[in-house]
Amino acid sequence: MRKFKEFFLEKLIFICGLASILFVLLIFFFLLKEGLSVFKTVSPLKFIMGRNWYPISEPPQLGIFPLILGSFIVTIGAVVISVPVGVACAVYIAEIAPPKIKEILKAGIELLAAIPSVVLGFIGMVTLVPWVKHIFGLPTGLTALSGSIMLAFMAMPTIVSIAEDALYAIPKSYKEGALALGATHWQSIWRVLLPAASSGILAAVMLGIGRVIGETMAVMMITGNAAVIPHTLLVPVRTLTATIAAEMGEAVVGSQHYFALFAIGIVLFAISFAINVTADLFLHKDK
Amino acid sequence: MSKIITENLNLWYGNFHALKDINARFQERRITAIIGPSGCGKSTLLRVFNRMNDLIEGVRTTGKVLIDATDILANNIDLVALRRKVGMVFQRPNPFPLSIYENIVFGERIHGGKSSRSKLDEIVETSLKRVFLWEELKDKLHKSALNLSLEQKQRLCIARLIAVKSNILLMDEPCSSLDPQATSRVEELMRELKNNYTIIIVTHNMQQAARVSDDTGFMLLGELVEFGRSEDIFTAPKDKRTEDYITGRYG
Repeated sequence: MRKFKEFFLEKLIFICGLASILFVLLIFFFLLKEGLSVFKTVSPLKFIMGRNWYPISEPPQLGIFPLILGSFIVTIGAVVISVPVGVACAVYIAEIAPPKIKEILKAGIELLAAIPSVVLGFIGMVTLVPWVKHIFGLPTGLTALSGSIMLAFMAMPTIVSIAEDALYAIPKSYKEGALALGATHWQSIWRVLLPAASSGILAAVMLGIGRVIGETMAVMMITGNAAVIPHTLLVPVRTLTATIAAEMGEAVVGSQHYFALFAIGIVLFAISFAINVTADLFLHKDK
Repeated sequence: MSKIITENLNLWYGNFHALKDINARFQERRITAIIGPSGCGKSTLLRVFNRMNDLIEGVRTTGKVLIDATDILANNIDLVALRRKVGMVFQRPNPFPLSIYENIVFGERIHGGKSSRSKLDEIVETSLKRVFLWEELKDKLHKSALNLSLEQKQRLCIARLIAVKSNILLMDEPCSSLDPQATSRVEELMRELKNNYTIIIVTHNMQQAARVSDDTGFMLLGELVEFGRSEDIFTAPKDKRTEDYITGRYG
């Protein structure tokens, strides 16, 4: 009887373990099955490079190039803002801050991670958006720049905490060696600690990008959602994620539009998969 | 000539009295060994000379330490200049995770500002030649320093100090992670270097101290029990505690 119980529990846990893989596979196959159907009518090249996204015109024009560029430009903007600030913050926490300030900062960053993205979205909408409109004298503040700034806030906690871990993991002897050679504190950080932690910091940046690319709610609220090819940061854009979220409810099940949204899902899946794998490679480079 | 003179040097870690009234004179261009059991304060003493103890919180020092007649414990001392002059070799070789080349020119880059390529090349070559690594490494200068053997790493760390033109070398058990052959080669290097450098080596290996050093200090529980010429210390110690230690009665 006891043996049977052991056997039963073991199998049960095994099944629970399998469940997560099973779900990933199911989602993946469903996504493929639905998404790939769109390529019966549109060639993959035309789908990705097409410049017009008019999914409900007759016949529908399903080119997601403006959406890819939209995601791309918002992400680049967010990275340009969040990486220097995030890495500097990590250096400050790991190397410079006195213990008390360190605790306060870490708690603050965890809190930042805990703010729901929709909340960040509407705060951005009522504060940042009018501000961007005013400063740049634009017809609307709902622009890629607003999205980038808001997303930078969301990427920061990821970047800071992983970069800080990477800095902590550096052997103390590197810092001692640098200081003993007469390096100043800053020189030892800049010339020894940062290069030593570079792979971990790159991983932090990649995971930050992953976070930004997959973000939906806030960008949908503050980027203006115009599916046009952006030439600057100061125009409304529409991202891949916002497109799916905004249109899935209205798309007729089984229509070209519906399949196209799933295909966008595949594109997103591929992008974040690639980012995660790259980050993983950086993280495990030394081991 | 005395290069380093300590006068009534005392040091506390919080309430722990780690160095007690140290009075010693370290001679120029000689190797001075500091021996003693673990926890006797020998590494602490070494770290006074380049003020590395400053990194630890709650350290308090009193007394005087004169290097070239300047009191390095004074508040207004230029730590960068001090550490440039007083180089340190650590127990575990700690080359930076950079290329061999960058490890050696590190000092030049932080102290010298912009230096020409040819000047840097020259520094690398002369420094590596001084530690007898040039032949082995000249073809892989731009490879990572982390892939070297432990002995090569330790030599590289010494080359790094030669490159910043230190004239005092503090060695904190520099051979404890090396095998006996590598140890004897590093000792040979030390003898060779003493023509231009004042070397202070902390070691718990008495044979090593007897082999390489000209002078020896024996420390116990934070006190400098005996200090003098190595042949006297090892053959005719004046203090009973020194005799007990070097004959292996404790330690």
